[in-house]
Amino acid sequence: MARVVVDVMPKQEILDPQGQAVANALPRLGFDGVTSVRQGKHFELEVDDSVDDATLAKIAETFLANPVIEDWVVRRVDA
Amino acid sequence: MTRIGVITFPGTLDDVDAARAVRHAGRDGAAEAVPLWHADADLRGVDAVIVPGGFSYGDYLRAGAIARFAPVMGEVVRAARQGMPVLGICNGFQILCESGLLPGALLRNAGLHFVCRDQWLRVENNETAWTSRYERGAEILVPLKNMEGRYVADAATLDELEGEGRVVFRYVVDEPEPGQAPKRHLGADSPNGALRHIAGITDPTGRIVGLMPHPEHAIDALTGPSDDGLGMFLSVLDALVAA
Repeated sequence: MARVVVDVMPKQEILDPQGQAVANALPRLGFDGVTSVRQGKHFELEVDDSVDDATLAKIAETFLANPVIEDWVVRRVDA
Repeated sequence: MTRIGVITFPGTLDDVDAARAVRHAGRDGAAEAVPLWHADADLRGVDAVIVPGGFSYGDYLRAGAIARFAPVMGEVVRAARQGMPVLGICNGFQILCESGLLPGALLRNAGLHFVCRDQWLRVENNETAWTSRYERGAEILVPLKNMEGRYVADAATLDELEGEGRVVFRYVVDEPEPGQAPKRHLGADSPNGALRHIAGITDPTGRIVGLMPHPEHAIDALTGPSDDGLGMFLSVLDALVAA
């Protein structure tokens, strides 16, 4: 078994109103100095050793992320 | 008789109104609405398919991302590639984009609010299977109700859509000046931040159309803001009879 993390983020050129809302809320909560927030998704997958990197890449590209609007990174981590 | 399929996924809301719109358009018995089930890889011999609005699979992951893999969608994609007319409304538009039948994607409204209102649209392309009953440039009033309605695509895709006349509907605002008749125009921004005010697009063949607003909710004056939406359902009947 291995743990795989997939992080999915809106592409830089895509407007992220949710991230902006978070950024705009911070000064109201008394937290100054945060100039930008972008919001994405974080997936943790527990996978059998039989699942190879090519399969993980396909899972991320065809399902977890939409390549039209999002960038993604797949990495194996120590469970 | 023309048979138009209407898909129901878990979480679909507008299948009933879409079927009603088909029956309304085929009032003289020219059309039948055929219910299609997400889990059946079977289009039941229909002549066209409507992918209706709602929140298929709870919009989990992304709107339309899971519905795209439903057994029925494999058949829809296969049939669409062979020329069957397909209409995606709201969540259905999102599903067609996720399926790759239409380019681009729909994202969270720029204002972060759910938008629910009657919306003016301009018909930019009346040569699709779903819009031939409209005059080019006609302005129609239909409900708009969604959370993820902001159409986006990269600049090259947008230019291609514009260049090929594949923008079918654009959002327009209604701002009458004192003493003047209402004059509708694009306005500063679209209701959801959609790029280039795009409300609906078509594929290169003009047989697959997706739009965020809801023509099926505007088929008679009793239940909708207008009957402007009925033209889409009449159009596809024309297209299928002519075929």
